[in-house]
Amino acid sequence: MSELQGIYTLWHREVLRYSRERTRIVSSFIQPLLWLIIFGAGISLPIHSAANISYQMFIFPGIITQALQFTSMFMGVSVIWDRQFGFLKEILVAPISRVSIFLGKMFGVSTDAIIQGIIIFPFGLLISVPLSIRAFFESIPVMMLVTFGVVCIGLTIASFLTSLESFGLIQTFVNLPLFFLSGALFPVTNIPVWLQWVFYVNPLTYGVDSLRSIILGSSWTPLLPLYQEILILCAFDTAMILIGSVAFSRRS
Amino acid sequence: MEYVIEVMGLTKKYGKLVAVDNVDFSVSPGEIFGLLGPNGAGKTTTVSMLCTIIKPTSGRAIVNGYDVAKHPNLVRRSIGIVFQDPTVDDRLTGRENLQIHANLYGVPKNEQKTQIEEVLHLVELTDRANDLVRTYSGGMRRRLEIARGLIHYPKVLFLDEPTVGLDPQSREHIWSYLKKLIKYNDLTIVLSTHYLEEADQFCSRVAIFDNGKIVAMDTPHHLKEELGGDTIVIRTRNNDFFYDLVKASGLAKSIVKVDKDLKMTVENAHTVLPRITDLATAHGIYVESVSLQEPRLDEVFLHFTGKELRESGEREYSGLTAAMRRQIK
Repeated sequence: MSELQGIYTLWHREVLRYSRERTRIVSSFIQPLLWLIIFGAGISLPIHSAANISYQMFIFPGIITQALQFTSMFMGVSVIWDRQFGFLKEILVAPISRVSIFLGKMFGVSTDAIIQGIIIFPFGLLISVPLSIRAFFESIPVMMLVTFGVVCIGLTIASFLTSLESFGLIQTFVNLPLFFLSGALFPVTNIPVWLQWVFYVNPLTYGVDSLRSIILGSSWTPLLPLYQEILILCAFDTAMILIGSVAFSRRS
Repeated sequence: MEYVIEVMGLTKKYGKLVAVDNVDFSVSPGEIFGLLGPNGAGKTTTVSMLCTIIKPTSGRAIVNGYDVAKHPNLVRRSIGIVFQDPTVDDRLTGRENLQIHANLYGVPKNEQKTQIEEVLHLVELTDRANDLVRTYSGGMRRRLEIARGLIHYPKVLFLDEPTVGLDPQSREHIWSYLKKLIKYNDLTIVLSTHYLEEADQFCSRVAIFDNGKIVAMDTPHHLKEELGGDTIVIRTRNNDFFYDLVKASGLAKSIVKVDKDLKMTVENAHTVLPRITDLATAHGIYVESVSLQEPRLDEVFLHFTGKELRESGEREYSGLTAAMRRQIK
C-alpha cells in the first residue's frame, strides 16, 4: 500500500512540475506546426505505397511519435537534474523501494510525454488527416507503449551519467538516430536494402507504423499486422523496464 | 530501551581509504549529540550510515531499536534528515514539498493537514507556504527542510551541517527554531557541524572526529575542563624563535602556531603571562599583542587533534553545486 502511495506521490510530483512549465507547453504547440506545415509541405515526397496519402498526412503519426520520444528521453534523463539539485536524495532516503521510485518517475514522465503527443492531434485537422474519435482513443495505448520504453531508455542512460552536460551526446547518438531510423519521415521501403535491418530492429519503427495503421486506416499498408507490432512494443517495454529499474537501483 | 542510537565498531572503507574507523558511541533519548570535526573527518559518512544511505563495511548501528543494515525502512521511518546540501524541489511550493514528504512517509491522510500546518508554524513559513521554493532565501529553504524532517514524527532528527553557508542572522534564526524543537516530545538530535560555538552552546554531548576516529567524547563542559587551564594568544615579531623559547622554558603546557599567533595553554594565565612577556623582552623579541582566553571548544579541538578547525573549514565546491551554493547564499 505504501509503495503504491509512493509511486502515486512521485507521479503527481512530475505532473505538477510539468504543468508549471509554460514555455515547454508553448513550444510543444510550435514544433509540430513547423514540422507538419513547413517541413511537410516543403518536402512533399510522393508516398508510393499509398496513393491517396499526402506526405503531410504520412508524417503526422511520425511527428506524434517524435514528440513522445523527445519528451520522454529528455525528461527521463532529467533525473540527473533531480540528483544534482539534491531532491533525489530526499526520495532515496524515504521508506519506499528503489523500484517504486523508478516506476513513479516513469509513470510521471510518461504522462507528461503523452500530453505532449495529444496536443498534436488537433493539427491533424489542418492537414486534412481523416481523424476519428475512435482512432484517437485507439492511438492512446500505442502512445503509452512507445513512451514507457523510451522513458526507460532515458532513465537508464541517466543512471550512467553524472551531469547534464552530456545531454548533447544523447541527442546525437541516441535520440536522432532512433528518430531518423524509425520511418517517421519516410517509408522504410525507400531505404537501400542493406540499411533496412536497422529500421527493423528499432522498436520505434513499430510504434510509428502502428500509429499510421490506426490513424490513416486502410489506406496504409503496415509492415506487420497490428497485433504483432503491439507485441513487439510490449516486449520492448518489458525489457526496458527491467533494465531501467536494475540500472536505476544499482546506481542510486 | 536505554539508548535511541547505539553504534558498535562502525567502519566504512572505500578501497584502501578508511573513512570511518571502528567508531563506538551511544545516544540517549532527548540528547543533542554533536559530531564535531573538519570535513573529511568522517562525520557525514557516519551520519549517512545511520540514515541508511550507505552501508557500513563492518560493525553495527542500531537506531530506534532497528539495525540499519537489516531494517533500513524501519530506520527511515524513525528518523528525519536535514542534509548538508539542499534537497527541496524548488519548482514546487513549500507546502507541496511537505505534502510529498508526508505521503512518502505514510503519514495518515487525516493527520497530514494539521501536521503540515504545525511544522510550517514552527519554522514560521506559514505565510510563504504557497510560494515556489525557488523564491525562498537560503535560510528559508533550510527552515523548510527542518520542517519537512519533522512531519512524520521522527524519534531522531539528523542535522548535517544545518547552518553551513548561511549568513549569521539566518544561522541564529535556525538555532532559535532548533531550540524550540528541543522541547518537542523527547526528540533526539544528532548534529554534525564544524562551527564550534554551535556545538558548545547547544549540544549535551560532543564527539570529536579526526581521521575517521572519535578522539574525544564528553559534554562540552567536561571537555573544556580536561584542557585544565587558560589560553594565552600572543603575537610577536619573531614567532618561530619565540615558539622554541617558550617550548624550552616549560612555561606552557602546550603551544601551537595558528596563523600569525602563538596559542599556548597554561596552568594559570594570571601568573604565567608576566613570565611569558619577560621571556620575550629578555630575548629582544617585540610583542605585538597578547590576549587571554577562557577555554572554548576551539581549544579542545586543537588539543585533541593538533589542528585548528577553521583551517579546513570551508568545503570546496565545483561546477553546478558551486553555482547553486552561490545562489543560495
